[in-house]
Amino acid sequence: MPRVSNLTTQTTIIRPTEGWVSLKLHELWEYRELLYFLTWRDIKVRYKQTVLGAAWAIIQPFFTMVVFSLFFGKLAKIPSDGIPYPIFSYAALVPWTFFANGLTQSSNSLVGSAGLIKKVYFPRLVVPISSILSGVIDFVLAFIVLLGMMLFYGIVPTVAVVCLPLLLLLALVTSLGVGLWLSAMNVKFRDVRYVVPFLTQFWLFATPIAYPSSLLPEPWRTLYGLNPMTGVVEGFRWAMLGTTTTPSPILLVSAMAATALLISGAYYFRRMEKTFADVA
Amino acid sequence: MSDTVIRVDRLSKLYRIGRPEDRYKTLRESIAAAMKAPFRRAAKLLRGHPYCAANVETIWALKNVTFEVKRGEVIGIIGRNGAGKTTLLKILSRITEPTEGYAEIRGRIGSLLEVGTGFHPELTGRENIYLNGAILGMKKEEIERKFDDIVAFAEVEKFIDTPVKHYSSGMYVRLAFAVAAHLEPEILMVDEVLAVGDAAFQKKCLGQMGEVARGGRTVLFVSHNMAAIESLCSRAILLKDGQLVENGLPEGVIQQYLVDLSRKQHVSLGNRMDRQGNGRLRLIGISLMDSTDKQYSTLATGQEVKIVIEYEGQDTDSLNNVSMAIGFYDIRGQFILYCENEMVGSRFRHIPSRGKMVCSIDRLPLSPGMYYLNLYCEVNDVLADWIQRAYEIAVVPGDFFGTGKLPPPRHGGLLAPHDWAVVCPRENGHEIHEKSGSDGEQ
Repeated sequence: MPRVSNLTTQTTIIRPTEGWVSLKLHELWEYRELLYFLTWRDIKVRYKQTVLGAAWAIIQPFFTMVVFSLFFGKLAKIPSDGIPYPIFSYAALVPWTFFANGLTQSSNSLVGSAGLIKKVYFPRLVVPISSILSGVIDFVLAFIVLLGMMLFYGIVPTVAVVCLPLLLLLALVTSLGVGLWLSAMNVKFRDVRYVVPFLTQFWLFATPIAYPSSLLPEPWRTLYGLNPMTGVVEGFRWAMLGTTTTPSPILLVSAMAATALLISGAYYFRRMEKTFADVA
Repeated sequence: MSDTVIRVDRLSKLYRIGRPEDRYKTLRESIAAAMKAPFRRAAKLLRGHPYCAANVETIWALKNVTFEVKRGEVIGIIGRNGAGKTTLLKILSRITEPTEGYAEIRGRIGSLLEVGTGFHPELTGRENIYLNGAILGMKKEEIERKFDDIVAFAEVEKFIDTPVKHYSSGMYVRLAFAVAAHLEPEILMVDEVLAVGDAAFQKKCLGQMGEVARGGRTVLFVSHNMAAIESLCSRAILLKDGQLVENGLPEGVIQQYLVDLSRKQHVSLGNRMDRQGNGRLRLIGISLMDSTDKQYSTLATGQEVKIVIEYEGQDTDSLNNVSMAIGFYDIRGQFILYCENEMVGSRFRHIPSRGKMVCSIDRLPLSPGMYYLNLYCEVNDVLADWIQRAYEIAVVPGDFFGTGKLPPPRHGGLLAPHDWAVVCPRENGHEIHEKSGSDGEQ
C-alpha cells in the first residue's frame, strides 16, 4: 500500500450555510472526470436497455416531422420561408428534441440519483449537467439525418454553419437553466414530474417549429426571442438552410434570456442543495 | 503546524421528522400554507403567543459534538442505532450540512458510507469499477493503475466483462468493496460497511482496514463490531442520543457502551416502526425473568431464564396456528442460537388475542458477551411480525457447569454440557483411566 503524501494542501471547512451561496465552479471543474463518467454511464445504459437503441434518437424527431408536414404543411398550408416544409420543420426539431429531452432528463435527475446523493459527496450540479450532456449523442445522430435530408432536397448550408456549436450551446444552456430550476424543485415538490410533460408540450408550440417566426411583425418578432428556443430554432434554419432573414436581434435576446435562466437556476440550485441529502 | 487533522466544534444537526407521507409536500399545499402563514402568524401575535415556527416535530440527531483527531489516529465511533454515528459521518463527509457548529478537516477526504454506491446492474464489472471509482473520488489514471489489484482482490477475474446483474450477491459485494478498499485518501471515513459478504471475505476486509490504519492514514470507523473496534482503533468515541458521552481508549469506551446497553431499556417493542409482517399479531413487549419471576436485564451463563414475549392480536379473535421463533446474534452479527416452538414440539394451535408467550431455557448456553435477539412470528404460515434487534442482552460469566469455574469470555459462542475421559487400550476392551465431567455433580 503506497504511503500517504505528507503534504496536505486541502482544508475543508464545514459549517451551516445561509441564504445565497457561491456556485463553487472550481470544485465542479475538479470533478470533471465524474461528470464524464456519469454522462458515459447514461449513454451506455440508455442504449443497452432499449431494443431499438440509437434508433430512438432519430425516430422521435423524424416522425414528429412527418406528422407536422402532413397537418401543418399540407393541410394547414403554413408558410415555411420558401423552403420545403419537411426540412423546414425537421431542422427545428433536431435542436428542439435535444432541448426537450435534456429538460425532462435533468428535471428527474436529482430524484433519480437519490441513492448517490445520500451516500457520497460531490458537487450536485454534476447530476443535471451530465443528464443533459448525454443527449448530445442523440443530437448528433438526428443531425446526421438532417444532413441526409439536405442532400435529398439539394440544400447547401451557408457559411453561418460555423455558428452551429454556439447554437447548440445556447440550446444546452437553456435546457440546463430550466433543468436546474425544475430538478431542485422536484426534490421537494414531486409535482414537477407532472409539470414537465405539460411544459415541454406547451413550449413546443410556443417556439417557431411548426411555423416561421417571420409571421410576427417587428418588434414582436425580436421580443419573441425571450423564449431562448426561438433563437436556437431560427438560428439553426438560418445556418443550415439559409433562410433569408438573419435572426441576429432574436439571437441576442435569446442568448441574454438563456444566460439569465442559467445563472438564476444555478443559484437557486445551490441554495436548495443543502436539503437534497435530507429530503431526496 | 499542528498535527490536528480533524477539529469538530459543537456540531449539531436538527432533523424534522414526521409521518413518512409528509416527507415531500405538494406544491399546492405549500402554496396554500404560504398564503395562510402570514395570517396565522398575525393571529398568534394578536392572541399574545410568541412567534414560532409551525409545530413540526424535530429531533437533534447530533447535539454539540466536539472532538479532535490527530494525524494517523484510527477512531472508532460506537453507539446504539440512532445515536447519530452515521449523521456525524455524513456531515464530516459533506453529504449533508450541520444545523449548527463548525468542523475543519485538513486533507483529502474519502468516505465510504455504503459499498457499491452508483453500481449499475446493466454495466459490466470493468465499467462499474471505473464508475464507482470516479464516484468515490478517484482519478481515472489512479483507477487504471489499481485496476488489476482491484479485480484480484474481488476474485472476479473471469467475469470482469459480464454485466454485474449476472453476478452472485457475494461477487457483487466483493467487487464493490474491492473498489472502496483501494481508495487512498488522507482521511478515510467508513460506516458500517464491513457487515457484508461471507465470513472469509469479511476477514479480508478487516485485514485491509488494518493495513490502511497501519499505513499512517487517519480513519474514522463506525461499527457495531466491538472486536474490530478494539483491534483496529487507537481511540473510540461513544455517541448517545446525538451527544458525545465518552472519548478515550477503546477498551474503556466499549465497556461503557456495553454497560449502557444493558442498563437502558430500549424503545418499547410496541412502538418500533422497523418491523415487517401483516400485523395479524404484534409483539409488544419482551422481558427476561427467572423462575421466581424476578426481572433481569443482565444474565449469567448457565442461569435459568424465561423470555417473556407479550403480544396482541389485530382484533379480539383468538389466533390459530402461531409459530414463534427467537434468534440470538452476537455483536459481530453472527447467528448463534435459535429457539422455535415448532422445533421443540408444535406451534400454538389456539391462543387468545392477547397474552404472553414464554420461552424457557434451563441453563443459558451463551458464553459471556453481548447478544441481540430477533423475533419472528407467523400466524397461519403468513409472516405476522418480524423485528430485528428487538432486544439486547448482556451475558456475564456464570457457573454453567456447576463446578464453580467460570467460562472465559470470548472463547466460543455456545457452551454445552460435556464430559472428558482418558481411555487406555487393554487386551479385553477399554478401561476408563480418569474421568472428568459435570454429570457427577448434577
